[in-house]
Amino acid sequence: MSKIIEVRGLSKSYIINHEGKESYTALRDVIAQKAKKIFSFPNWKSLNKTQEEFWALKDIDFEIEQGDRVGIIGRNGAGKSTLLKILSRITEPTNGSIKIKGRIASLLEVGTGFHPELSGRENIYLNGAILGMSRAEIKKHFDAIVDFAEVEKFLDTPVKRYSSGMYVRLAFAVAAHLEPEILIVDEVLAVGDAQFQKKCLGKMEDVSKNEGRTVLFVSHNMGVVSQLCTSAILLNKGTIDYNGKVASVVDKYLRNQSATNDFNYNEVVNGIKPNFIESIKIKNTEDQFVSSFSFDQQIVIEFTCQINHYSPDLLIGIGMQDKSNSRVFTVVKEIDFFMDNKSGQLRGELTLPQSLFAPNVYSFVFALWTKMGVIHDVAENVCVISIHDNGTSLAAFEGADYGSVIINPTWKSC
Amino acid sequence: MKTTKSNNEDWDLVLESGRADKHYWKDLWRYRDLFYILSWRDIKVRYKQTVLGAAWSIIRPLLTTIIFTIVFSKIAKLDNPGNAPYALMVFAGMLPWQFFSNALSESSNSLIGNANLITKVYFPRLIIPASSVITSLLDFAISFLILIVMMFWYHYIPSWHIVFLPVFIILAFLCAFGVGLYLTAVNVKYRDFRYIIPFIIQFGLYITPVGFSSSVIGEKWKFLYALNPMVGIIDGFRWCILGDPMNWHSFIFSFVVIVIFLIIGIAYFRKMEKSFADNI
Repeated sequence: MSKIIEVRGLSKSYIINHEGKESYTALRDVIAQKAKKIFSFPNWKSLNKTQEEFWALKDIDFEIEQGDRVGIIGRNGAGKSTLLKILSRITEPTNGSIKIKGRIASLLEVGTGFHPELSGRENIYLNGAILGMSRAEIKKHFDAIVDFAEVEKFLDTPVKRYSSGMYVRLAFAVAAHLEPEILIVDEVLAVGDAQFQKKCLGKMEDVSKNEGRTVLFVSHNMGVVSQLCTSAILLNKGTIDYNGKVASVVDKYLRNQSATNDFNYNEVVNGIKPNFIESIKIKNTEDQFVSSFSFDQQIVIEFTCQINHYSPDLLIGIGMQDKSNSRVFTVVKEIDFFMDNKSGQLRGELTLPQSLFAPNVYSFVFALWTKMGVIHDVAENVCVISIHDNGTSLAAFEGADYGSVIINPTWKSC
Repeated sequence: MKTTKSNNEDWDLVLESGRADKHYWKDLWRYRDLFYILSWRDIKVRYKQTVLGAAWSIIRPLLTTIIFTIVFSKIAKLDNPGNAPYALMVFAGMLPWQFFSNALSESSNSLIGNANLITKVYFPRLIIPASSVITSLLDFAISFLILIVMMFWYHYIPSWHIVFLPVFIILAFLCAFGVGLYLTAVNVKYRDFRYIIPFIIQFGLYITPVGFSSSVIGEKWKFLYALNPMVGIIDGFRWCILGDPMNWHSFIFSFVVIVIFLIIGIAYFRKMEKSFADNI
């Protein structure tokens, strides 16, 4: 095996403007500032106060061998996207170097450059050219692309009339038929139906195993990463936390997810609502605040609410949602259960049964409302947790969509 | 020392901060299909979306020509040194000017308009403004047909100079491209700059001999006037199409200005290019 990518001391910094709301520089501001500088030179230093340097990546070193399938994982803001952008030459590093052998194609978004007014056929050529294919190459793969995307009938329809599934299929199909030595894929598989996701993963595995291509893959979906990749890099705040075999990196990532995604009420809004949800925390049975659980662990939800206008009609509802925001369950309890007849702070706990929820990522919905349907406060998509597989009967299907619960029914042969 | 150097040569691509990219022009060639396909996309989308489409590129120069002919010939009574009808002289100047102003406004907004591509894929960014100038060539071609119709109408036979017309078309292209490159790069950095561009174009129309012949400018101001590169190009167009007299001294002036614009445009664009994705 030979090295195909070598990264040494890679850093990238961005200048963040604290003052301006706009993300871009306006000429009038620059002129105004220059004028200010001329007329008030003693305090010119104050101008720099609003700017801050932010290191999206700091001193990254790693190597990738030919044919590797490398997962890049990390929380939001860990620097994954920045790394991909530098690797795919969209932006330049601030320091350090990257050495690459062979052609790189990156798929940071499905359907980059797709034009809604143009037909499927026209978009294949357009997208292919944007991704770096020559017209001859596209012609050669045209039938395979159409076949893979399953859009034969709609080739001459403008893509604005496509369903989102068809759109994604077509876009991925073009990218899948690129023939680079290195393929960089951002979290694009999150879209599309499960069947097509499977097809894409299969294609990526095929590309790497049979054709010896190198794949770099970014995802939040640990199931998919474990399934597809051979090794992984865990990024955290712009540095590499861990780099090694995929199983150990994924495990590390899940374990490191501490309780930072607790829900806490925004104090500014505090005075506006009479009754509100103060905090929601997720912990395990040993009272440790964590956000990743194994399948056979109990999940405990600890919550506090501030009730300033007590009413016996008040209800507390807690729901769990899966990744696609479908409700897994909802439970409701009367407020009387927690407090009697007077305003004040409400504290409670909800313990969920173990060995029931399928390994996946879930979030919670929390609501305070009355029997009449008047909503006092709602917190949606909070406290994201992940449940990981530690040997369920469906472990072999990890990453596939087999539902949100695993049950142990009684089988009988008749 | 020697080993590291040979190591570096094993790699196809080295990404470092501020590294002059020696692959750039090679890449430009590798992505040549993209020139064609992006221009084709813009043309296709434009004519799909607007009902007027092609008609628009006929109506606009035609109406302007009529108005200019009336204002400058009948009201201001400016003289025409050549022997062609005044309207024809105006139109021969209108052609390159319309192309220049279209190409300039299209290319200066091209990067912002394709921001989604710039933040998601790598390719030599030069392709985007270049293909938008190519797109404007189509409007030019349509307008050119009107010129032919007008020649039939006036029973006017062009001089043999017409064989040199492509040279001036290329010059007009390079002029629009050079200035457009500079403006589009500035436009990415300072987003309010785009409000100034229509003003630049309108101002340009006043200091360019579109409605009149450049011969009405006094001898004293000739060279200063030729600093406007479009003066040389429009004179060239009239020389080719109508056989009007040509001031070659001031043309060389204009030519040098075009080359300087082009060099500055490319240099500035290449310098800013690396930070486009961060700024856009």
